Amino acid sequence: MTVALEARAKAKQTLALTSNYAAAYAAKAADVDVIAVYPITPQTTIVEKISEFVDEGELRAQLIHVESEHSAMSAVVGAAAAGARTFTATSSQGLELMHEVLHIASGLRLPIVMAVPARALSAPISIHGDYSDVMNTRDTGWITLIAASAQEVYDSIIQAYRIAESVLLPVMVAYDGFLMSHTTEAVELNDEEEVRKWLPRRLDRPNLLTPEKPITMGAFAMPDYYYEIKYQVQEALLGSLDKVVEADREYGKAFGRSYGIVQSYRLEDADYIVVAYGGASWGNAREAVDEARRRGIKAGALRLRVWRPYPAEEVAKALAGVKAFAVVDRAIAFGAPAGGPVYIDTVTALRMRGIDTPGLSVIHGIGQRSMFVEDFVKVFEMLKDGERNKTVYMGLKL
Amino acid sequence: MIEIRFHGRGGQGMVTASQVLATAAIMEGKYAQAFPEFGPERRGAPVKAYLRIADQPIYKREPVITPDVVVVADQSLFLSENPLEGLRPNGVLVVNGAYKAPVKTYYVDATSLALKVLGKAIVNTAMIGAVVKATGIVKLETALEALAKYFSGRIYELNAQLIKIAFDQTKEL
Repeated sequence: MTVALEARAKAKQTLALTSNYAAAYAAKAADVDVIAVYPITPQTTIVEKISEFVDEGELRAQLIHVESEHSAMSAVVGAAAAGARTFTATSSQGLELMHEVLHIASGLRLPIVMAVPARALSAPISIHGDYSDVMNTRDTGWITLIAASAQEVYDSIIQAYRIAESVLLPVMVAYDGFLMSHTTEAVELNDEEEVRKWLPRRLDRPNLLTPEKPITMGAFAMPDYYYEIKYQVQEALLGSLDKVVEADREYGKAFGRSYGIVQSYRLEDADYIVVAYGGASWGNAREAVDEARRRGIKAGALRLRVWRPYPAEEVAKALAGVKAFAVVDRAIAFGAPAGGPVYIDTVTALRMRGIDTPGLSVIHGIGQRSMFVEDFVKVFEMLKDGERNKTVYMGLKL
Repeated sequence: MIEIRFHGRGGQGMVTASQVLATAAIMEGKYAQAFPEFGPERRGAPVKAYLRIADQPIYKREPVITPDVVVVADQSLFLSENPLEGLRPNGVLVVNGAYKAPVKTYYVDATSLALKVLGKAIVNTAMIGAVVKATGIVKLETALEALAKYFSGRIYELNAQLIKIAFDQTKEL
């Protein structure tokens, strides 16, 4: 072992952290300059931890306690425009209140990174987890990663800066409210010096406010150019998938962990595939694959680690030729042709490629209704029994 | 994999107890997962916390429904729910105060010990001592080390003392 490698191994440490604390440690490792936040459950413990880091001098950053999430996003938009590396975090109603500024962040092509422990929306008031808030940001132009463990939250936030600063689009790292945000797990932390070397600051972008080279940002666009500017966001977002792959691969080389843009489990000979996202759905789906196989069903599972841009090629490759698939959604697309938002995208991705694998939309875990491994086994049994082309509201009391 | 379910009331610290034990297991190089049934703790309301410890990565994220160990911090919970529900055939109950249950039971008088040492009826650390004694899932020294990640100064000293006393006084019924 070389001296450098030994030093790096020594600097690595494994801590017991919730996903929220893992997010805070990642922001610290990325050496962010400006954090603007407003507290909301289940996000609050992220900024509590960051406040400690700033207070104890472990992170030299400007922490702005703003009066609302609308202001939180507005403040990081301003700071990012001026070249600061920025971080914020929110959930649920907070993400809703930010909504209009989310479009501005992507339209101005600012490399903001935000953590979102996903939570249900009012009314009625629920502080519990589901993905209604994240799904509502679908068309905002943000790159959106969905992590499935505290370790992946930590790794993804660091990767997010690499992605955001190369694509010039904001990145959201979402994960299960409570079922991850408040779950204590093992997280291996990187040597912060190594992370900072891996994330050099880039101030060579054109959309930078600096006295030497004054520019106007977010100016009025007439019908002759508005369309082109928005098309550029679309092009950048669709093209960002390669950058997500690259960042993940490079991160793997530097720190020994990578995830890909989709994760698969026992797909090789699978007849039936459950597509899931987030920690609880993925973990339980994985366990259910083993149980369904014990019951004689050739089951497999696929996880979307990237929600925007939608990894259409990878999903189509996995689902082409199997007997049927289901997507388990933790959000409802009210009034849409199928109940689950990710199911709708998945069907579209297949049809756009002429693939006609039949599917089932499964809604579960709304407002953190308990999801059990057995529920996911039941999904495999439904697929085997020929349930197709409809929406199943699992765990619903009628 | 060992699965533990904690039953307590908001304010008794069962969520912290599950986190301290998860932290200790992780410090010993194992995998662990600890999470509460309710997010915002409401003082006095029944609270459950779940803990899984394994030598392999843990994927399952459902509530613990077939625990190997059930921890009950407040015997009045036996009146309103069945904490033993789903307990595995060779499962163990760890309870605050002697309680006659049809399963292998370890008990410690956590409330009086907590009142004596802390001057408050916060029983989580005493129950940590009892769980460590009853199950041996982590070493006592590691539990004390893990406690230092959650408490410091005099509060740490008192609670560390309480863990040790509870560990010594935990008995099989």
